[in-house]
Amino acid sequence: MRTSSQAPSRPSSRSGLSPRVLIAGALSLAIGLALTGAAKAGPTLDAIKARGSIKVGVGTQPGFFSPDSNGRWQGFFVDFGRALSIAVFNDPDKVQFVASSPQQRLPSLQSGEFDILLSGVTQTFTRATKLGFHFGPVVFYDGQGLLVPKKLGVTKGKDLNGATVCVQTGTTGELNITDFFRQNKIAFKPVVIEETAENQKAFASGRCDVLTQDSSDLAITRTQLPKPDDYVLLPERISKEPLAPAIRYGDDQWLEIVNWAVYATIQAEELGITQANIDSFLTSTDPTIRRFLGVDPSLGEAAKLDPKFAYTIVKTVGNYGEIFDRNVGPGTKVGLDRGFNKLWTQGGLLYAPPFR
Amino acid sequence: MTDGILQSAPPLSPPQPRWQRLWIGLFGTPLNAAVTLGCLALLGWAVPPLLRWTLLDAVWVGPADRCADAAGACWAFIGEKLRYILFGFYDQDRQWRPAAAGAILLALAGLSGMPLFWRRATLWLWLFGLAAALVLLTGGPAGPAVPTERWSGLPVSLLLAVVGLVGAFPLAVLLALARRSSMGGVRTLAVLFIEVTRGVPLIAVLYVATLLLPLMLPAGAAIDKLLRAQIAIILFVSAYLAEIVRAGLQSIPAGQYEAAQALGLGYWQSMRLVILPQALRTVIPSIVTLAIGLFQDTTLIIVIGLFDLLNTARTAAKDPAWLGFYDEAFCFAALIYLTVCVIASRYSLWLERRLRR
Repeated sequence: MRTSSQAPSRPSSRSGLSPRVLIAGALSLAIGLALTGAAKAGPTLDAIKARGSIKVGVGTQPGFFSPDSNGRWQGFFVDFGRALSIAVFNDPDKVQFVASSPQQRLPSLQSGEFDILLSGVTQTFTRATKLGFHFGPVVFYDGQGLLVPKKLGVTKGKDLNGATVCVQTGTTGELNITDFFRQNKIAFKPVVIEETAENQKAFASGRCDVLTQDSSDLAITRTQLPKPDDYVLLPERISKEPLAPAIRYGDDQWLEIVNWAVYATIQAEELGITQANIDSFLTSTDPTIRRFLGVDPSLGEAAKLDPKFAYTIVKTVGNYGEIFDRNVGPGTKVGLDRGFNKLWTQGGLLYAPPFR
Repeated sequence: MTDGILQSAPPLSPPQPRWQRLWIGLFGTPLNAAVTLGCLALLGWAVPPLLRWTLLDAVWVGPADRCADAAGACWAFIGEKLRYILFGFYDQDRQWRPAAAGAILLALAGLSGMPLFWRRATLWLWLFGLAAALVLLTGGPAGPAVPTERWSGLPVSLLLAVVGLVGAFPLAVLLALARRSSMGGVRTLAVLFIEVTRGVPLIAVLYVATLLLPLMLPAGAAIDKLLRAQIAIILFVSAYLAEIVRAGLQSIPAGQYEAAQALGLGYWQSMRLVILPQALRTVIPSIVTLAIGLFQDTTLIIVIGLFDLLNTARTAAKDPAWLGFYDEAFCFAALIYLTVCVIASRYSLWLERRLRR
């Protein structure tokens, strides 16, 4: 899910000048050029309004972003893209989703290929400072897990001395797993594969003892294995993976729109407002709700947004909980628990600043 | 003397019946017999499970739940996803447009294969056909515009391959002529371009076109991503095509060049009227081989986030409602690629026989 800030230039087990090395070189160059060129680009929001649509970079991961049978993007992050489109254009469909692989998505964001990256990028220090990305609010708190076959008889990560580990290239997962084994002073052999599906195949066929990905990915991987009950997800989470929208430096107004479009979904859940019952709140006398839904239009006017943007977002895509449950919740094939992604009032980490 | 030589030739053995030759080929020696038995055992091991998976235990229609219980392939998945795999994100009610564009491209390629169409008028046919295909895909007179971000599936694969080859053609001819030119500067440039391009993998060229090019352009000057990939493919193919054309030029005897000169034809005239028509004709089989490779190479655009046939097939299996039917998706895509490539290679064989006559 997460893209590494570095091009994958660590020594490859293969010899010779492989395409990967060439690509790594091209990417490093791209990032370097981007750092000098980013400042010149005009404000993102102006470009969006001139174009009449938002370009959103996405990945392909069941439940988070995938095309349905009609060729329409669906998923958890896709819904946030639609929410942004509502905030800017008051229309959920003025958004183009552009698929991007983990290795190319950060350089593509730098080069202006998208206005925002909603592909589950982990917010990190390096990306925010060295690469020049602003991050919006975290929309999904994830952590890297370890999936192993039960027959290994392993109960915790430290038992994995000498294990072969399947890991996706160009992700923070690759760096985390290296750190994890180094910290515990045990040896491992990485099998590095770019494609998620390939990674799963390699693991299912026994090419590696351990599959490591975000635990959200591992949950769905496990259901896709021939015999899901033969595998177990180890209890450790070896990393913090706050997945957040990423945008380029240089457009504060755009950042605020991203922030408050996401906060609107969280605030709605906190207020108990859902897609179904939202209209009954329009007559509420509570000033918080009146401000939030734009019945009292002062907030929207100050922000130069449609005063009812929060109302339209919740009415169209739902509140945070509804977005979560519809795409990746326990009722779906992905079947994730809310975990950290509960409201702060329910023991989770989601917290929206006040709408006032 | 001549008699002696003729007599020393071994007498031809009488022709054996077909089945006897077959028997000797399969079981004539112990080694042959072992190889044959080994192959039969391999087939016996591989074919029955494969048949069970593809046909006997397969689910042909129905919802995803029925597939989950079945041991065989889920062809219902292909049925459900057929439109998405073929046309991807293109607006559903306008998918006749990419379908027609794809048909035009295939027809153009097919017609140009027939010797009847190896004439100048075919150039106009191509110009007209390509323009029609592009208008159909883009919109314009054919209806509302559809941005290239939504172009996907089989028409994109065909477009990239066909336009890649046709667009590279004029460039390749110029490069080949330049490489054989007596003007040192022109020759050096041509050699440099051809050798550098052939020394770099296509995937790197695509990365440069998608990631580096936008950074080098002045702010605001954006070139469409599909167009960038198309240009990269054209440039890449032109280097290979130039070498094929050069081989054709070299196969023309010097007498032809001299005869053209003797007729008072200038350089361009002699090339256009005498040399190139003969040279290009001899290299058609090599060009077909290149075209087959190119059609398969277009799948590399997956790495820059464009959706060709292989990518739509792959992502079809990521829909949570129909999760994980990768085998069926890839089988279907493979079948399409196989069909196109087998037709092309059979054509190439037929053409070789015909040209030898």
